[in-house]
Amino acid sequence: MREETLFSMKVPYREEIRIKGFVFGKGEKSACIVGAIRGNEYQQLYVCSQLVQALQALEEKGALASNKEILVVPCVNSHSMNIGKRFWPVDNTDINRMFPGNSQGETTQRIAAGIFEKIQNYSYGIQLASFYLPGDFIPHVRMMETGYQSASLANLFGLPYVVLRKPRPIDTTTLNYNWQIWNTNAFSLYTAETDELDQESAGQAVAAILRFLTRMGIIRYHSHSGYIAEIISEDELAVVRTDAGGIYRRKCRPGDEVHYGDILAEIVHPLDGHVIVQAAAPTDGIIFFAHKKPLVTEHEVIYKIIRRLHK
Amino acid sequence: MIETVASVELPVEEHLLIQKNRIEPEIKTGKEKRIAIVTGTHGDELEGQYVCCELNRRLAGNPSCLKGIVDIYPALNPLGMDSITRGIPMFDLDMNRIFPGSDKGPMSETVAAKIMEELAGADLCIDIHASNIFLMEIPQVRISEGTAERLVPLARLLNVDFVWVHASATVLESTLAHSLNTAGVPTLVVEMGVGMRITEAYGNQLTDGIFRLMKELGIWEGETAPVKEPVVSEDHHVEFLNAEAAGIFVPSAAHGEWVRKGQHLGDILSPLTGEILQRVQAGVDGLLFTRREYPIVYNGSLLARILEVKKG
Repeated sequence: MREETLFSMKVPYREEIRIKGFVFGKGEKSACIVGAIRGNEYQQLYVCSQLVQALQALEEKGALASNKEILVVPCVNSHSMNIGKRFWPVDNTDINRMFPGNSQGETTQRIAAGIFEKIQNYSYGIQLASFYLPGDFIPHVRMMETGYQSASLANLFGLPYVVLRKPRPIDTTTLNYNWQIWNTNAFSLYTAETDELDQESAGQAVAAILRFLTRMGIIRYHSHSGYIAEIISEDELAVVRTDAGGIYRRKCRPGDEVHYGDILAEIVHPLDGHVIVQAAAPTDGIIFFAHKKPLVTEHEVIYKIIRRLHK
Repeated sequence: MIETVASVELPVEEHLLIQKNRIEPEIKTGKEKRIAIVTGTHGDELEGQYVCCELNRRLAGNPSCLKGIVDIYPALNPLGMDSITRGIPMFDLDMNRIFPGSDKGPMSETVAAKIMEELAGADLCIDIHASNIFLMEIPQVRISEGTAERLVPLARLLNVDFVWVHASATVLESTLAHSLNTAGVPTLVVEMGVGMRITEAYGNQLTDGIFRLMKELGIWEGETAPVKEPVVSEDHHVEFLNAEAAGIFVPSAAHGEWVRKGQHLGDILSPLTGEILQRVQAGVDGLLFTRREYPIVYNGSLLARILEVKKG
């Protein structure tokens, strides 16, 4: 394992920013794994740190394929993470909306450009990503439908679901999108959590990445075969929204099987405690996403359900 | 007449309300044209608030001159305005990146879709922004090159100093202006002043321009002030000056002035040592239309923009 500083930048009042990478093996740029780009992606940081441990052990055992190089970048944004900010502390910009970056541009564009230069040209790119809505997911692999995506490759992670998303204009500046445009097969891997640690899904994510690297001939590692993934289009998920604002009482968790009409949540009056409204399942299926925070507004997305799927 | 355009119930005893003031002629024919003035998409941009006040004041003073409909929307992001938050509080979302929205999406997108529905059919929309807290801008209209042919003639009447026709960018397709222009509502994006402040002179200048445009559309029959001929950037180059050191930026050139190539525009200083870390100079002759106001800079922080053009 080699530890490298991929990008550094002096800042006015704090220590220099150093974005570090861990390189395993030597030769063909085979796989790059990127962890926390936002300052609240603690789970993503943790998964990468555990992946570094696992790859280090495999390297010591001689289990890396020859002429293959793996780069792991656990944290792109320690500057925000250390002070509890999700986005860039100065101007609140999101580094994951700045790719491919601009080396002559604004600060976060420069960071994106600096890091993208080092993480491109790998055959496979895996980002431990987070979602902008607060909630839990079933662990899954997500790909953008850029025309370059390969859902069959995403299946090799052995996670139960692969989600395809049609890119919207705002997605065109994400790492995943730009990796694909620049000829890297890109995957976003979502575990159950973001700003809390979840050991079980973190372990599942590390196992999924090692399984993928094994199947692509980058490492030699004997692991369980995992799942044959169900491939879902994001547009086809049934969306359940709230009809009122109030206290949110969640009744189901991601992965639960529900039937049409089942009560998924109650919205409770915040002052007198009566149930204002219940949210019912609009379809049979499996809960893919569930809102998590204690309060909700009207029209908020609280569940996404994979239609007509059974366990 | 005050109308509620969108209402969303918040968790505890409150609604998010987006409101407009519709001002109509005393005698209606049913064929009136409609102009919409929208602002407050970013909660830290306040320049448009003064323009809304001034429009209301002038229209109330001469109601008989009004021949069309004026809709004033002071706060598309009222929760952001109320909490000095640029984006939508709770969601960390830039509201100007979620248009045209969707009635099947999350709450923020539902609101965006409602705003689109509301503005559809207007004859003209003016979307007023105020840069951000970091940069001071002269009054300007920004137009994506794909819509220049249609919008530049309108922008020339708005009494701004500068019309910046810039290259299209895919990410900007999710702005309100792009969505409205695509939907057939001509929309001019105004940038002026600085975040969290009101520059009264700019507000008055833009209000004069709005009345001139309303006159052009047949919405206003009263007196209007003469408007400036703006510099239009179509054939000119814009120089971006970004910080190459981290420290404190102390400007030495006045905002909005004509500068010469090599002219000293300011310094980046180290507060710890007093050292000059970077001496900032103009790379071209031209108009200093953007200047940094917020002193702390990182590598890459934008310090200035100069429109390269020789003074007449």
